[in-house]
Amino acid sequence: MTGVNIHGIWAIYKFEMARTLRTLWQSIVTPVVTTSLYFIVFGMGMGAHIKPIHDIAYGSFIVPGLIMLSLLTQSVANASIGIYFPKFTGTIFELLSAPISAVELVVGYVGAAATKSVVIGLIILATSVLFVPLRVDHPLAMIAFLLLTSIAFSMFGFIIGIWAKGFEQLNVVPALVLTPLTFLGGSFYPLSYLPQPWHTVSLFNPVAYLISGFRWAFFGDVGDIDVRWSLGFTTGFLLLCMGVIWLIFRTGYRLKS
Amino acid sequence: MTSILSVNQVSKTYGSGQRALDHVDLEIRRGEIFALLGPNGAGKTTLISIICGIVTPSSGTILVDGHDAIRSPREARSKIGLVPQEISVDMFSTVESTLRFSRGLFGKGPNDAHLEQVLKDLSLWDKRKAQIRELSGGMKRRVLIAKALSHEPDILFLDEPTAGVDVSLRRDMWKMIGGLRERGTTIILTTHYIEEAEEMADRVGVINKGQLLLVEDKAELMKKLGKRELDLSLADPLEAIPPGLDEWHLSLEDEGHRLRYTFDAQAERTGIPSLLRKLAELGIGFKDLDTSKSSLEDIFVDLVERKDEETVA
Repeated sequence: MTGVNIHGIWAIYKFEMARTLRTLWQSIVTPVVTTSLYFIVFGMGMGAHIKPIHDIAYGSFIVPGLIMLSLLTQSVANASIGIYFPKFTGTIFELLSAPISAVELVVGYVGAAATKSVVIGLIILATSVLFVPLRVDHPLAMIAFLLLTSIAFSMFGFIIGIWAKGFEQLNVVPALVLTPLTFLGGSFYPLSYLPQPWHTVSLFNPVAYLISGFRWAFFGDVGDIDVRWSLGFTTGFLLLCMGVIWLIFRTGYRLKS
Repeated sequence: MTSILSVNQVSKTYGSGQRALDHVDLEIRRGEIFALLGPNGAGKTTLISIICGIVTPSSGTILVDGHDAIRSPREARSKIGLVPQEISVDMFSTVESTLRFSRGLFGKGPNDAHLEQVLKDLSLWDKRKAQIRELSGGMKRRVLIAKALSHEPDILFLDEPTAGVDVSLRRDMWKMIGGLRERGTTIILTTHYIEEAEEMADRVGVINKGQLLLVEDKAELMKKLGKRELDLSLADPLEAIPPGLDEWHLSLEDEGHRLRYTFDAQAERTGIPSLLRKLAELGIGFKDLDTSKSSLEDIFVDLVERKDEETVA
């Protein structure tokens, strides 16, 4: 057998997408409903009494941050459970004994996780239009950020799925690291609203770069951070995850004895 | 017969320091059924896992149909199907979809006719739309075999294929394995059921404590190491074996009602005629006599125990 194992990649991708369809409520409906509640409470309810930010209604301002919040948590959750579950049930033997390379395996799992996240992101975007007025100044950049972020964080989730020894570890990073970073990364406010030294401290929050860049794609130059930094950071994080995954497969870390 | 699998000097020491395999050499002939026997923890599963790419060897080389399993894993693995010891399968998938998944994973395009044949051969065709969690234990094990066959492997590893399977299903599986061999698939099985190896295998390997103690043609092995026993049901029970019978090393069984003579079936002189004459001389009568040959299980136990004794000595 030579060349790329296209059938193998497709088999993993289809399997993972089928898993999503089997758990449709949990996979797609729940995040959409949760985010819609944010729109109702913070966008339409409280947002109506908050003054516009850079001439953008508060309800609209938080849309990129909310999409990013879902995108990050869903990417990590989908990819981590995707690779953790075969480890948990023992079916990992089939993946390890198959003529499929590490790259092909990652493309299958990360591709499926990223697809799900992008679909959820787009559904949330469409839902937001029902609640708040919205414009997208740079649609191509928005799609690019959506794709880059979902792929990068799906890879991050893949790493967590391999690292995790139990369901608790699987949930600890999304719950205790990712969600706080997203909330403190300017999802609901511009970083410039924070007093010093918290404004400077926020610049060390990697998620702030993602949210700022994504917000730029919607509303132009209203972000806290230059869009080039945002793009550079997202690409850098993607490359870092690729490197870690390469190392995992090279050493067999928590996959092979 | 050409070799399809060569294991050369393969050793494995786990991180904990446990030595699971110690310089194992093994040649598997194309088209044969090879049974690997050994007690729990002997290294059977480790050896299979290394060949299949699940465990990394500490040293040694493996050639699968000419492909180096470590340097060219893709080519090597595409030749192998593995049925694991544990029932490890996604319980929420349907039988049909899990077979399609396995076939795709091994780089093969869809082939409904082949999958239908596999499902029918394993009596799973009627269950193809069922979720695996709905199936019985025996059915689940068949699904594992079907998954391994879905990608048409040249070599099939069956790690304890009939563990926990009822007698009739075990017979069905033996029949199925025989059918696979007829179609040219090389089969390597590990088993605790010696009768399984005795029934199916062409050659037998015995492994214990990570060392391959022997590899032998099954029939040759039984001929070489097989012992026969002559049991004489005595007319009157004996309290002890008379001194005149010392040279036959008899044992008294069944509270003195039975005399057992163990002899080498291949020896030029079995010693039976002289024993019978001596019994007549001593006035020891018998009502019945029965002979039996040692099973593969006896040979296996004998080998392992002998090796253990050598190690202690």
